[in-house]
Amino acid sequence: MSSMKITLNIWRQTSPSDAGKMVKYELDKVSEHMSFLEMLDVLNEQLIGKGEVPVSFDHDCREGICGSCGFVINGVPHGPRRGTTVCQLHMREFKNGDELFLEPWRASAFPVIKDLVVNRNAFDRIIQAGGFVSIPTGSAPDGNAIPVPKKDSDRAMSAATCIGCGACVAACPNASASLFTSAKVSHLGLLPQGQPERYDRAVKMVNQAKEEGFGGCTNIGLCEAVCPKSISLENIARMNRDFTLGAWTYREATTEGGGA
Amino acid sequence: MVLDARSPSGPIEGRWDKAKFDMKLVNPANKRKYHVIVVGTGLAGGAAAATLAELGYNVKCFCFQDSPRRAHSIAAQGGINAAKNYQNDGDSIFRLFYDTVKGGDFRARESNVYRLAQISVSIIDQAVAQGVPFAREYGGTLANRSFGGAQVSRTFYARGQTGQQLLLGAYQALERQISLGKVDMYPRTEMLDLIVIDGKARGIVSRNLITGQTDVHMADAVILGTGGYGNVFYLSTNAKGSNTTAIWRAHKRGALFANPCFTQIHPTCIPVSGDYQSKLTLMSESLRNDGRIWVPKKAGDNRSPQSIPEDERDYYLEREYPSFGNLVPRDVASRAAKRMCDAGRGVGPTGLGVYLDFAESIQRLGKSAVAERYGNLFEMYERITGENPYEVPMRIYPAIHYTMGGLWVDYQLQSTIPGLFVLGEANFSDHGANRLGASALMQGLADGYFVIPYTLGNYLASTKLDKVTADHAEAKAAKAAVTERVKKLLSIKGKRTVDSFHRELGKIMWDYCGMARNEKGLTEAISKIRALKKEFWENVNVLGSDAELNQSLEKAGRVADFIELGELMCIDARDRKESCGGHFREEYQTPEGEAQRDDESYAYAAAWEYAGEGKEPILNKEQLTFEYVHPSQRSYK
Repeated sequence: MSSMKITLNIWRQTSPSDAGKMVKYELDKVSEHMSFLEMLDVLNEQLIGKGEVPVSFDHDCREGICGSCGFVINGVPHGPRRGTTVCQLHMREFKNGDELFLEPWRASAFPVIKDLVVNRNAFDRIIQAGGFVSIPTGSAPDGNAIPVPKKDSDRAMSAATCIGCGACVAACPNASASLFTSAKVSHLGLLPQGQPERYDRAVKMVNQAKEEGFGGCTNIGLCEAVCPKSISLENIARMNRDFTLGAWTYREATTEGGGA
Repeated sequence: MVLDARSPSGPIEGRWDKAKFDMKLVNPANKRKYHVIVVGTGLAGGAAAATLAELGYNVKCFCFQDSPRRAHSIAAQGGINAAKNYQNDGDSIFRLFYDTVKGGDFRARESNVYRLAQISVSIIDQAVAQGVPFAREYGGTLANRSFGGAQVSRTFYARGQTGQQLLLGAYQALERQISLGKVDMYPRTEMLDLIVIDGKARGIVSRNLITGQTDVHMADAVILGTGGYGNVFYLSTNAKGSNTTAIWRAHKRGALFANPCFTQIHPTCIPVSGDYQSKLTLMSESLRNDGRIWVPKKAGDNRSPQSIPEDERDYYLEREYPSFGNLVPRDVASRAAKRMCDAGRGVGPTGLGVYLDFAESIQRLGKSAVAERYGNLFEMYERITGENPYEVPMRIYPAIHYTMGGLWVDYQLQSTIPGLFVLGEANFSDHGANRLGASALMQGLADGYFVIPYTLGNYLASTKLDKVTADHAEAKAAKAAVTERVKKLLSIKGKRTVDSFHRELGKIMWDYCGMARNEKGLTEAISKIRALKKEFWENVNVLGSDAELNQSLEKAGRVADFIELGELMCIDARDRKESCGGHFREEYQTPEGEAQRDDESYAYAAAWEYAGEGKEPILNKEQLTFEYVHPSQRSYK
């Protein structure tokens, strides 16, 4: 098993109000079979041993599906391997002597909490604005009563695989949340179940993203390049279409037609 | 303590309908007056919080993750069972019920399992209506596959990400209720104690993981959907944050803990590669539909797999279990892999691995068909191991995956503390001693969407609840105890890291309370765990303060609880002098090496009562009766 020496420059910031700075750490005996986060675990154990506060970073499933983890490695969200979250990135992607710079997602809508941890609640609020089908429990028809063409279902599924990690925002020079927002707009908009709320959904979610301080989309495409689930840029085009159509017909909810 | 399961009587097909009719209702105007706490936002907790809010209750919902969408249900890969019989292949509610009781090795409650099978069909309808993109046939209907030892195709799936899609369905329903003001969501907030007043669950003490602030939240009922405790083994397929703290705190407040030793070892995980290993990754069981499991016939054969000729390979599952072959249930497949490795026939650098080979399927179906079915899993395997499974067989080894034990609940999902309800993996109810594939998602959602909305109303409508506030002495005392414990953890300033204790605990559990257990080993494990607990409270080193995001401090509290739970698991495993499902006692096996149940003496759920610090826990038994599925030796030969 080959063993590597890696130099890490890690963003250390004690609290949201702290200015923060890069701190250099040297790590040797890094195995190529370690995941990137396992390497940080080893670093943290060493720091605790020296009485230094370990590096905070978000992580949970370590299988690339929960969307908790993510930071920027040498300027690239989730690091050099395409279609891979940082928890699934392994040290065999690097070589002995590499110097790496780790930073949190940078976007005003994702304030830093500590070190590499940021607050992504803005994404939840975008979903709250309309990223759902309004179907209370118990009111559903039989599953096969709603046939869905396989190609629509497959495309919806591809959009629905978004894990909400925020890498798209971190990569975008505008800090736009368009790829995230459009993945949900597309997932639901491609399915018959999502049709009744389709256009309103697009308008409400896009407006919420703007409200949160995310920028607009100027078709740069870095979001797609860094997305660990390879969510397609095409979804943004679909969202823009639904937004435009929705904006023409959008009305605030009224009480018209209420029951007696 | 007398355990009343409140299981309805009469023909099993009508029990849930009868129970629902007999339950008291809360009228819509009164629902607005009740406050309910839901801890955990996975399939069980998330579905419950959303549904209760839809009904009109005021819900406070808590999760330790930064968003409710990240609960570990999201990582479930394979699928969800439902007795739809869309394939016209002989499935029925009764068959799903039968398979689940038998698969659980006759250690589950029949009434609960039947209800689960009944509700399974509504879950699919609900999920489809939410927009969950299940796999479809070209005609637009839902696709199914056979999964994990079932002889019918009743598993619904969304590529290899079924848990993700079902969880996002529940999450979106929850977010909708948050936007409507019916749910107050507390992300990055951990429950650290249960508040019990006049014998009823009336609230929780929480800690905000960013500011460190501890708070008291009062309610009319508390619902825990906080998942399983597989991380007691340190290495498991669970998420790193998955923990036992909520249910363990409730246990120490009086909720009985049932069958803690019933843990599931999943046969198809990627083997451990080194001592830095932080978790184990599951390769979906669906791979066993097309992959063939084998080891070399000769012990110590370290040739590369491609250079071992066909007649020198042992496809041991196909040989030993000809009728189920590679699709035998998880407990059977895991033990068989262990037997092979114990005999020196394991593969890979550590010798703890067996091959899962797709060469035959690729030849039969073509590479693209195999890629369509398993592409994302193959890619994940390649990312982790650096090996290409289209060319060399995967190496797999069993790993801790799921815990069938949990807080004891009755048919209404209420624990032994009135007003404390426990859903999903956190309870013990439906899977007996072994869970079948694609049944966990089914149970979590059944409990959350379709059981608790009825049984909670029944409790609230039939219980007199005095008004209580955060100033109540019990609430203040619970909060003070939490603060005290946090301070204590920070003040020890010993020499060992939290993780080093966790790893040591995990090794003890895996060595003595893992795939094979025996009396002597379990006794040794108990004394080792007691010593570890003592050392932990004298020698753990937690840096930083309690007024900031402090991940070491979070872990320390969780590991302290895991240590105590680990001891109870070993006590339970030692007390159950039989083998059943995932619990394999070496002293009790058939001549062929299969689990030997003792229905005469052990057809009960072992519900343990906390007796106080340093005291032996007290065993209470819920006798299990089988009216519909008669206990027999499980045979998959």
